[in-house]
Amino acid sequence: MSMAATRPARRFTLNRALPALTGLGTVVVFFLLMELAIRTNLLSQFIVPPPSEIIASFPRVIVEEHVLNRFMLTLGECLAAGVMLTVVGVSLGVLMQRFKLLQQACETWVAALASAPVVLCYPLFLVIFGRNAWTIIMMGFVAGLPPVILKTLEGITGVRRVLVNVGRSFKLTESQQFWKILFPAALPNIFVGIRLGLIFALINVVGVEFLINFGGLGQLINELAERYDLAGTYAAICFVVLVSVLFFMAVEKAERWLTRAE
Amino acid sequence: MADTSRVTLPAPAPMVSQVTMLRVAIILTVLAVWEFLSRSGWLYRDVVPSLLAIGRALIDLLTHGDYYFNLAVTAGEVGAALAIGGSLGLIVGIALGANRFLSKAFESYLYYLGPTPKIIFFPIMIMWFGVGPGSKIALGTLSCFFPVALSAAAGMRQIDKTLIKVGRSFRATTMQMVFKIYLPAMRHPIINGVRLGLGVALIGTLLAETKLSNKGIGFLIIQAYSIFDMPRMYAMLIILFILSIGANSLVGHFGGLDNIKRS
Repeated sequence: MSMAATRPARRFTLNRALPALTGLGTVVVFFLLMELAIRTNLLSQFIVPPPSEIIASFPRVIVEEHVLNRFMLTLGECLAAGVMLTVVGVSLGVLMQRFKLLQQACETWVAALASAPVVLCYPLFLVIFGRNAWTIIMMGFVAGLPPVILKTLEGITGVRRVLVNVGRSFKLTESQQFWKILFPAALPNIFVGIRLGLIFALINVVGVEFLINFGGLGQLINELAERYDLAGTYAAICFVVLVSVLFFMAVEKAERWLTRAE
Repeated sequence: MADTSRVTLPAPAPMVSQVTMLRVAIILTVLAVWEFLSRSGWLYRDVVPSLLAIGRALIDLLTHGDYYFNLAVTAGEVGAALAIGGSLGLIVGIALGANRFLSKAFESYLYYLGPTPKIIFFPIMIMWFGVGPGSKIALGTLSCFFPVALSAAAGMRQIDKTLIKVGRSFRATTMQMVFKIYLPAMRHPIINGVRLGLGVALIGTLLAETKLSNKGIGFLIIQAYSIFDMPRMYAMLIILFILSIGANSLVGHFGGLDNIKRS
């Protein structure tokens, strides 16, 4: 009886795990084929190092290149940009919502800025701030600002009429109406904006580190590539991709947790 | 009985709306503050060049054939990247959207790899495709593949099931289903994906040009930085922003995104 009861459950779990296992299996098979192609000289190992060599170079890159310090540096730059874009972005969004004329005049400009290649301004930022962490932080800040402003605006504008009317029926002051009704109701949208802003900030921070050869993880890739350390370059790129993916997952989880807490 | 109440005509609209006036005021204030900072000497010389110098650089840029040659190089690279990355993204997106198993197996990889910084792959692209336009096109392709694939997969799942049933009842082949049912029905998500793809392909290509190139707009920008020709750099950034925002709006306009009724 108990066996019969557990069997469908096991089948159900396997059915759920099968697609994920297929995805993982495909990735493993791909790397095995690459290894084979390189070992049999179908692919030049001077262009693509064997995956086994890349995996073997991970400890060397982590220890010799001080990856932890670099990671902390990049994370610090991202967080600095994140704090700035949260404070400035949310404030500007609220300001634009309070003054409708300002919103009508500037909303399309902010949306246009979101689609503009702002990161191309990095040589300009280099001239203004110098070749230091501020250039990287400011680049992350400017690139991540538009989604925070737009989502804050969308969140506050989209607060349900009934909630606003409840506030009015309690004769709340304008400040109370904002802090007790509008802002809490808009928080889920604001978190979406901050998440997008943080993702843009990370992309730009790592990108500019690579381009100006300064700072944390981005600079590591550039240095290893300039040394023509092929396995190390590939390992560092894998590491940065892994860090980025974990960062996105963590930000997404945090957003879900905060939204649920609301 | 005829309605004898007075007909009130709507007040004539002002010649210039308040929004336009505010926009003009903001632009004029920014320009005035800029010119003041430029003349004040508070900042390093040439970091904030005068408006006149930027205007002169703009005219100089637009009247020289050299700029158009480099613009054509960048446009060619971005176009090629969009064509290759967009087509691949579309094929992968349709496959993932049409098959739930494939979607569960592979879509999360695309979802999480999509927002990673693509410029870090540039050293690999140089090794694979050389220092010429090939590596720039490859980076642009890699950048634009992800948004197009994810948009196409999402669009595919939103197609009205009745349309698919109609296609099947007419015994349409796979190609007929793709061209007669899927693509027309998912036009808006695809155009949205292409818009995003165009933006990131442009960024990827231009950044690659600033890193290692001897032609293209990215190369001109980094050249202006290296010889500290700030008015020229500002002029190029202004034109680049106008062109990219314009291209983005054009794709949306011709894709019919302006006509979508928002609830």
